[in-house]
Amino acid sequence: MKIVRVEEVEEAVRRLSMEVNYYIRDELKDAYKKALEREVSETGREILSQIIENVELAAKEQLPICQDTGVSIVYVEIGQDVKIEGGNLYDAINRGVSKGYKEGYLRKSVVKDPLFNRVNTGDNTPAMIHVEVVPGDIFKITFMAKGTGAENMSRLAMLTPAAGVKGIRDFVLKTVAEAGPNPCPPVVVGIGIGGTFDTVGWLAKKALMRKFGSRHPDPNYAKLELELLDEINKLGVGPQGLGGRITALDVRIETAPCHIGALPVAVNLDCHAHRVGVWEK
Amino acid sequence: MIKRITPPLDDKVLEDLRIGDKVLITGKIYSARDAAHKRFVETINKGGQLPIDLRGQIIYYVGPTPPKPGYVIGSAGPTTSIRMDSYMEPMLKAGLKATIGKGYRSWGVVDLFKKYRAVYFIATGGVGALISKKIKNAKIVAYEDLGPEAVMELEVQDFPVIVANDIHGGDIFEEGVKKYQEITLPFKIERISEV
Ligand code: SF4
Repeated sequence: MKIVRVEEVEEAVRRLSMEVNYYIRDELKDAYKKALEREVSETGREILSQIIENVELAAKEQLPICQDTGVSIVYVEIGQDVKIEGGNLYDAINRGVSKGYKEGYLRKSVVKDPLFNRVNTGDNTPAMIHVEVVPGDIFKITFMAKGTGAENMSRLAMLTPAAGVKGIRDFVLKTVAEAGPNPCPPVVVGIGIGGTFDTVGWLAKKALMRKFGSRHPDPNYAKLELELLDEINKLGVGPQGLGGRITALDVRIETAPCHIGALPVAVNLDCHAHRVGVWEK
Repeated sequence: MIKRITPPLDDKVLEDLRIGDKVLITGKIYSARDAAHKRFVETINKGGQLPIDLRGQIIYYVGPTPPKPGYVIGSAGPTTSIRMDSYMEPMLKAGLKATIGKGYRSWGVVDLFKKYRAVYFIATGGVGALISKKIKNAKIVAYEDLGPEAVMELEVQDFPVIVANDIHGGDIFEEGVKKYQEITLPFKIERISEV
């Protein structure tokens, strides 16, 4: 049986909070560069160059890529043969977030109550924590710093089976087109299809947390991911919504079985500052 | 052509700004976002005195990260402007002449800019580290208890923005998308509106 100590978890989360905010992953940086090659709008090219310059500066000086260092989303996959020792897992994650956001000079962007008492908690906790039990003895943490500019432009619809692929496609295109400049395009698009009202939003988020550029294992969905990417890039939104060919950098879909009468879909947008990191034991 | 401006902005400067113009701002501007706007407008509605005189001024929608030792400010890029749309009219009535943010404004607010002769600038979203280098000084002038949402006076030098809405009407986003859209959509694109 594998043992994971809560101190290790806390330390991993502390480090991830800072790392994802300072350093962009190589595959994403490559995507910026490819986008710059393909963009035809002059303003669009200028913005893509600024994005590249910004991530280089952020890494060099260890400054947050974006001032919205986000709400912390922590997805934990625990193998059923793993034992957690030393205390409460959720508390350890929140301690890691609190330390990381304080030590790393990151912005604290969480209020303790959504409606009546919008007071900043002061350390970016609580994190949004999702725990899943999986076979085997892996222990994996995926950390995402999620800004709200893109999160606020995300949408969910309870379509019906007759809507089919066309219904999904139209809903995705409408969401991205209407979001326009607001989610800081070029965006990354996470799509959840299937499940129920509660699960489809999480599927979309999981799609965003999946490896950049990875394809759905089912070839039908893998093809749909690429087709949607192509169509989104025909919308004309462009970098910062000022017009151009590059509106999205990647589209990823996660799916689940669903009711005979349902076709839920959720579109979770993320910005070009697409900050995700992984720790595994 | 690049235009250079310094607040307070007078009518002559505003007349001259056109959608798409690249502008460099030098001088003092103020930061404010959701929670500060709420307080501003509550104060105005109660007939109270605002902590800053808005006449001719520029407000930058930003909530920066805390400064590292030796820095005047942390990352400081724009936040989504539309969230401030429902507060816009009283702010413009109080004399505010320009705002800086990212993303589009509700159509109702685009009309208000014409009515009150004010402009809307955009700065590039998501490049907060880069933008922070244009801010030479920062001090809190109101609502310190709001943390990252406190109102600050920012001394900027050659702070780069683009005119998105001017006092003559029109909208940079609509024009941009029209130019590059290569797909026919079976639906109308509605602008998400907050007013
Ligand atoms: S949408 Fe993303 S890049 Fe834009 S301001 Fe928010 S967190 Fe930063």
